[in-house]
Amino acid sequence: MAASNFLEELRAFIAKPGNQTPHGRFLGMEVVYLEHGRAVLRVPYDATLAGNAATGVLHGGVITTVLDSACGVASIAALGKRMGIATLDLRIDYLKPATPGETVTAAAHCYKVTRNICFVRAIAYHADSADPIANCTANMMITSSEPAGPRPEAVSP
Amino acid sequence: MNLVEVIRAARENGDPAAFARAIPYMSALDIRVEAAGGTVVLLLPAREMHVGNPWLPALHGGCIGGFLETAAIVQLILDQDGDTLPKPINITVDYLRSGRVVDTRAEARVTRLGRRVANVHAACWQDDRERPIATLQGHFLMT
Repeated sequence: MAASNFLEELRAFIAKPGNQTPHGRFLGMEVVYLEHGRAVLRVPYDATLAGNAATGVLHGGVITTVLDSACGVASIAALGKRMGIATLDLRIDYLKPATPGETVTAAAHCYKVTRNICFVRAIAYHADSADPIANCTANMMITSSEPAGPRPEAVSP
Repeated sequence: MNLVEVIRAARENGDPAAFARAIPYMSALDIRVEAAGGTVVLLLPAREMHVGNPWLPALHGGCIGGFLETAAIVQLILDQDGDTLPKPINITVDYLRSGRVVDTRAEARVTRLGRRVANVHAACWQDDRERPIATLQGHFLMT
Protein backbone atom coordinates (compact mmCIF):
# COMPACT_ATOMS: atom_id res chain seq x y z
CA MET A 1 0.00 0.00 0.00
CA ALA A 2 1.25 3.46 -0.91
CA ALA A 3 0.67 4.91 2.56
CA SER A 4 2.77 2.32 4.40
CA ASN A 5 5.51 2.64 1.74
CA PHE A 6 5.59 6.34 2.53
CA LEU A 7 5.92 5.66 6.27
CA GLU A 8 8.79 3.25 5.57
CA GLU A 9 10.49 5.88 3.41
CA LEU A 10 9.94 8.53 6.08
CA ARG A 11 11.35 6.25 8.82
CA ALA A 12 14.42 5.53 6.67
CA PHE A 13 14.88 9.23 5.92
CA ILE A 14 14.63 10.18 9.61
CA ALA A 15 16.95 7.34 10.69
CA LYS A 16 19.82 8.77 8.60
CA PRO A 17 21.87 10.93 11.01
CA GLY A 18 22.67 13.46 8.26
CA ASN A 19 18.97 14.22 7.85
CA GLN A 20 18.55 15.62 11.35
CA THR A 21 17.80 19.33 11.47
CA PRO A 22 20.71 21.39 12.84
CA HIS A 23 18.68 22.56 15.86
CA GLY A 24 17.50 18.99 16.51
CA ARG A 25 21.11 17.78 16.42
CA PHE A 26 22.15 20.61 18.74
CA LEU A 27 19.56 19.49 21.33
CA GLY A 28 20.21 15.76 20.78
CA MET A 29 16.61 15.22 19.69
CA GLU A 30 15.56 11.91 18.09
CA VAL A 31 12.42 10.35 16.62
CA VAL A 32 11.59 7.14 18.50
CA TYR A 33 8.18 6.24 16.99
CA LEU A 34 6.36 7.02 13.78
CA GLU A 35 2.95 5.89 12.59
CA HIS A 36 0.28 7.42 10.36
CA GLY A 37 -0.45 10.82 11.98
CA ARG A 38 1.54 9.99 15.10
CA ALA A 39 5.10 10.71 16.20
CA VAL A 40 7.08 10.36 19.41
CA LEU A 41 10.31 12.35 19.86
CA ARG A 42 12.80 12.45 22.71
CA VAL A 43 15.35 14.97 23.97
CA PRO A 44 17.95 14.09 26.65
CA TYR A 45 18.50 16.23 29.72
CA ASP A 46 21.32 18.76 29.41
CA ALA A 47 22.13 21.13 32.28
CA THR A 48 23.46 23.73 29.84
CA LEU A 49 19.89 24.08 28.48
CA ALA A 50 18.37 24.89 31.89
CA GLY A 51 16.10 27.88 32.29
CA ASN A 52 17.02 28.22 35.96
CA ALA A 53 20.67 27.81 36.97
CA ALA A 54 19.79 27.17 40.62
CA THR A 55 17.32 24.31 40.06
CA GLY A 56 18.59 22.96 36.71
CA VAL A 57 15.01 22.76 35.36
CA LEU A 58 15.04 22.73 31.54
CA HIS A 59 14.11 25.98 29.78
CA GLY A 60 10.62 26.10 28.25
CA GLY A 61 12.31 26.58 24.87
CA VAL A 62 13.54 22.98 24.93
CA ILE A 63 10.02 21.70 25.68
CA THR A 64 8.64 24.03 22.97
CA THR A 65 11.16 22.70 20.42
CA VAL A 66 10.53 19.01 21.06
CA LEU A 67 6.74 19.60 20.98
CA ASP A 68 6.92 21.70 17.79
CA SER A 69 9.11 19.05 16.14
CA ALA A 70 6.80 16.20 17.20
CA CYS A 71 3.81 18.12 15.78
CA GLY A 72 5.68 18.65 12.51
CA VAL A 73 6.73 15.01 12.13
CA ALA A 74 3.21 13.77 13.04
CA SER A 75 1.78 16.11 10.38
CA ILE A 76 4.11 14.85 7.65
CA ALA A 77 3.25 11.29 8.71
CA ALA A 78 -0.45 12.14 8.31
CA LEU A 79 -0.05 13.73 4.87
CA GLY A 80 1.01 10.48 3.23
CA LYS A 81 3.60 12.13 1.00
CA ARG A 82 6.53 14.51 1.41
CA MET A 83 5.21 18.08 1.63
CA GLY A 84 6.58 21.28 3.04
CA ILE A 85 5.00 22.41 6.32
CA ALA A 86 5.50 25.37 8.64
CA THR A 87 4.17 26.03 12.15
CA LEU A 88 1.38 28.60 12.11
CA ASP A 89 0.34 28.55 15.75
CA LEU A 90 1.67 26.75 18.81
CA ARG A 91 -0.05 26.82 22.20
CA ILE A 92 1.55 25.23 25.26
CA ASP A 93 0.37 24.80 28.84
CA TYR A 94 3.26 24.11 31.20
CA LEU A 95 1.64 21.72 33.68
CA LYS A 96 4.67 21.13 35.92
CA PRO A 97 8.43 21.73 35.80
CA ALA A 98 10.51 19.12 33.96
CA THR A 99 12.55 17.03 36.41
CA PRO A 100 16.29 17.79 36.11
CA GLY A 101 18.26 14.82 34.80
CA GLU A 102 15.33 13.16 33.05
CA THR A 103 14.73 12.70 29.31
CA VAL A 104 11.74 14.56 27.86
CA THR A 105 9.44 12.68 25.48
CA ALA A 106 6.91 14.41 23.21
CA ALA A 107 4.02 12.45 21.66
CA ALA A 108 2.01 14.17 18.92
CA HIS A 109 -1.17 13.22 17.07
CA CYS A 110 -2.19 14.95 13.86
CA TYR A 111 -5.94 14.30 14.08
CA LYS A 112 -7.18 16.35 11.12
CA VAL A 113 -5.74 17.36 7.77
CA THR A 114 -7.40 19.84 5.43
CA ARG A 115 -6.21 21.24 2.10
CA ASN A 116 -4.01 23.85 3.81
CA ILE A 117 -3.76 23.03 7.51
CA CYS A 118 -2.75 20.14 9.80
CA PHE A 119 -4.37 20.17 13.26
CA VAL A 120 -2.24 18.57 15.96
CA ARG A 121 -2.24 17.93 19.69
CA ALA A 122 0.74 16.79 21.72
CA ILE A 123 1.97 16.19 25.25
CA ALA A 124 5.44 16.19 26.78
CA TYR A 125 6.26 13.83 29.66
CA HIS A 126 9.06 11.91 31.37
CA ALA A 127 8.24 8.25 32.07
CA ASP A 128 4.47 8.45 32.47
CA SER A 129 2.31 9.89 29.68
CA ALA A 130 -0.57 10.12 32.18
CA ASP A 131 1.44 12.68 34.19
CA PRO A 132 2.50 15.19 31.51
CA ILE A 133 4.89 18.14 31.85
CA ALA A 134 3.17 20.11 29.09
CA ASN A 135 0.09 20.03 26.88
CA CYS A 136 0.21 21.45 23.37
CA THR A 137 -2.06 22.19 20.44
CA ALA A 138 -0.63 23.31 17.11
CA ASN A 139 -1.67 24.19 13.58
CA MET A 140 0.81 23.52 10.79
CA MET A 141 0.40 25.12 7.39
CA ILE A 142 1.06 23.07 4.27
CA THR A 143 3.47 25.27 2.34
CA SER A 144 4.21 23.14 -0.71
CA SER A 145 2.99 19.95 -2.35
CA GLU A 146 6.41 19.29 -3.84
CA PRO A 147 8.82 16.80 -2.29
CA ALA A 148 11.57 18.55 -0.38
CA GLY A 149 14.34 16.88 -2.43
CA PRO A 150 17.81 16.00 -1.19
CA ARG A 151 18.96 17.74 1.93
CA PRO A 152 21.38 20.64 1.30
CA GLU A 153 24.90 19.93 2.51
CA ALA A 154 25.40 22.89 4.78
CA VAL A 155 23.65 26.02 5.84
CA SER A 156 25.74 29.13 5.96
CA PRO A 157 24.31 31.83 8.22
CA MET B 1 24.95 30.03 43.29
CA ASN B 2 22.52 32.41 44.92
CA LEU B 3 19.80 32.96 42.35
CA VAL B 4 18.21 35.87 44.22
CA GLU B 5 21.51 37.81 44.14
CA VAL B 6 22.00 37.08 40.44
CA ILE B 7 18.44 38.19 39.64
CA ARG B 8 18.92 41.34 41.73
CA ALA B 9 22.14 42.16 39.82
CA ALA B 10 20.30 41.65 36.54
CA ARG B 11 17.38 43.82 37.67
CA GLU B 12 19.25 46.67 39.34
CA ASN B 13 22.24 46.98 37.02
CA GLY B 14 20.71 45.56 33.84
CA ASP B 15 23.86 43.43 33.73
CA PRO B 16 23.60 41.28 30.56
CA ALA B 17 25.95 38.65 32.01
CA ALA B 18 23.73 38.26 35.08
CA PHE B 19 20.75 37.21 32.93
CA ALA B 20 22.86 34.51 31.26
CA ARG B 21 24.13 33.32 34.67
CA ALA B 22 20.56 32.88 35.87
CA ILE B 23 19.36 31.32 32.58
CA PRO B 24 21.94 28.86 31.11
CA TYR B 25 19.75 28.34 27.96
CA MET B 26 20.67 31.89 26.92
CA SER B 27 24.39 31.06 26.72
CA ALA B 28 23.74 27.73 25.00
CA LEU B 29 21.80 29.45 22.19
CA ASP B 30 24.07 32.51 22.25
CA ILE B 31 21.10 34.79 23.11
CA ARG B 32 22.44 38.23 24.05
CA VAL B 33 21.00 41.22 25.87
CA GLU B 34 21.59 44.28 23.68
CA ALA B 35 20.01 47.12 25.63
CA ALA B 36 18.68 46.84 29.15
CA GLY B 37 17.33 50.33 29.77
CA GLY B 38 13.53 50.25 29.94
CA THR B 39 12.53 47.83 27.20
CA VAL B 40 15.14 45.16 26.61
CA VAL B 41 16.17 44.07 23.13
CA LEU B 42 17.50 40.53 22.85
CA LEU B 43 19.63 39.27 19.98
CA LEU B 44 19.60 35.76 18.55
CA PRO B 45 22.63 35.83 16.24
CA ALA B 46 22.48 33.92 12.93
CA ARG B 47 23.79 30.43 13.71
CA GLU B 48 23.53 27.14 11.85
CA MET B 49 22.56 25.44 15.15
CA HIS B 50 19.26 27.40 15.19
CA VAL B 51 18.09 26.01 11.84
CA GLY B 52 15.02 23.75 11.73
CA ASN B 53 14.52 23.61 7.97
CA PRO B 54 17.79 23.20 6.04
CA TRP B 55 16.00 23.35 2.66
CA LEU B 56 14.70 26.92 2.83
CA PRO B 57 16.74 27.39 5.11
CA ALA B 58 14.71 28.64 8.10
CA LEU B 59 15.13 28.91 11.86
CA HIS B 60 13.48 26.19 13.96
CA GLY B 61 10.03 27.21 15.22
CA GLY B 62 10.91 25.85 18.66
CA CYS B 63 14.05 27.96 18.74
CA ILE B 64 12.02 31.07 17.86
CA GLY B 65 9.50 30.14 20.58
CA GLY B 66 12.28 29.67 23.13
CA PHE B 67 13.82 33.00 22.13
CA LEU B 68 10.49 34.83 22.58
CA GLU B 69 9.89 33.12 25.93
CA THR B 70 13.35 34.26 27.04
CA ALA B 71 12.56 37.85 25.98
CA ALA B 72 9.39 37.72 28.09
CA ILE B 73 11.24 36.37 31.14
CA VAL B 74 14.08 38.93 30.87
CA GLN B 75 11.58 41.82 30.65
CA LEU B 76 9.67 40.46 33.66
CA ILE B 77 12.88 40.21 35.70
CA LEU B 78 13.41 43.94 35.08
CA ASP B 79 9.81 45.03 35.62
CA GLN B 80 9.07 43.11 38.82
CA ASP B 81 9.46 44.49 42.33
CA GLY B 82 10.85 41.24 43.76
CA ASP B 83 13.75 38.98 42.81
CA THR B 84 12.03 35.93 41.35
CA LEU B 85 12.72 34.06 38.14
CA PRO B 86 9.30 34.00 36.39
CA LYS B 87 7.97 30.55 35.40
CA PRO B 88 5.87 30.09 32.26
CA ILE B 89 2.26 28.95 32.81
CA ASN B 90 1.24 29.03 29.16
CA ILE B 91 2.47 30.48 25.88
CA THR B 92 0.87 31.02 22.48
CA VAL B 93 3.26 31.58 19.59
CA ASP B 94 2.02 32.93 16.25
CA TYR B 95 4.40 32.35 13.36
CA LEU B 96 3.96 35.16 10.85
CA ARG B 97 6.88 34.73 8.47
CA SER B 98 9.60 32.20 7.83
CA GLY B 99 12.65 32.96 9.99
CA ARG B 100 15.63 33.40 7.70
CA VAL B 101 19.12 32.56 8.99
CA VAL B 102 20.03 36.14 9.85
CA ASP B 103 20.26 38.06 13.14
CA THR B 104 16.89 38.10 14.93
CA ARG B 105 15.86 40.54 17.64
CA ALA B 106 13.08 40.36 20.23
CA GLU B 107 11.42 42.63 22.72
CA ALA B 108 8.65 42.07 25.23
CA ARG B 109 6.02 44.25 26.86
CA VAL B 110 4.43 43.36 30.18
CA THR B 111 0.69 43.91 29.72
CA ARG B 112 -0.21 43.26 33.34
CA LEU B 113 2.02 42.55 36.31
CA GLY B 114 -0.02 41.03 39.13
CA ARG B 115 1.18 39.73 42.46
CA ARG B 116 1.09 36.13 41.31
CA VAL B 117 0.62 36.18 37.55
CA ALA B 118 1.97 38.39 34.77
CA ASN B 119 0.66 38.72 31.21
CA VAL B 120 3.32 39.40 28.57
CA HIS B 121 3.44 40.04 24.84
CA ALA B 122 6.68 39.55 22.89
CA ALA B 123 7.64 39.96 19.25
CA CYS B 124 10.72 39.17 17.20
CA TRP B 125 11.86 40.59 13.87
CA GLN B 126 14.78 40.46 11.46
CA ASP B 127 15.47 43.43 9.15
CA ASP B 128 12.31 45.39 9.84
CA ARG B 129 10.90 45.90 13.32
CA GLU B 130 7.49 46.62 11.78
CA ARG B 131 7.44 43.17 10.14
CA PRO B 132 7.67 40.67 13.02
CA ILE B 133 8.40 37.04 12.11
CA ALA B 134 6.70 35.71 15.26
CA THR B 135 4.83 36.95 18.34
CA LEU B 136 4.23 35.38 21.74
CA GLN B 137 1.47 35.88 24.26
CA GLY B 138 2.04 34.27 27.63
CA HIS B 139 1.20 34.06 31.33
CA PHE B 140 4.01 33.71 33.86
CA LEU B 141 3.99 32.79 37.55
CA MET B 142 5.78 35.43 39.66
CA THR B 143 5.91 33.51 42.98
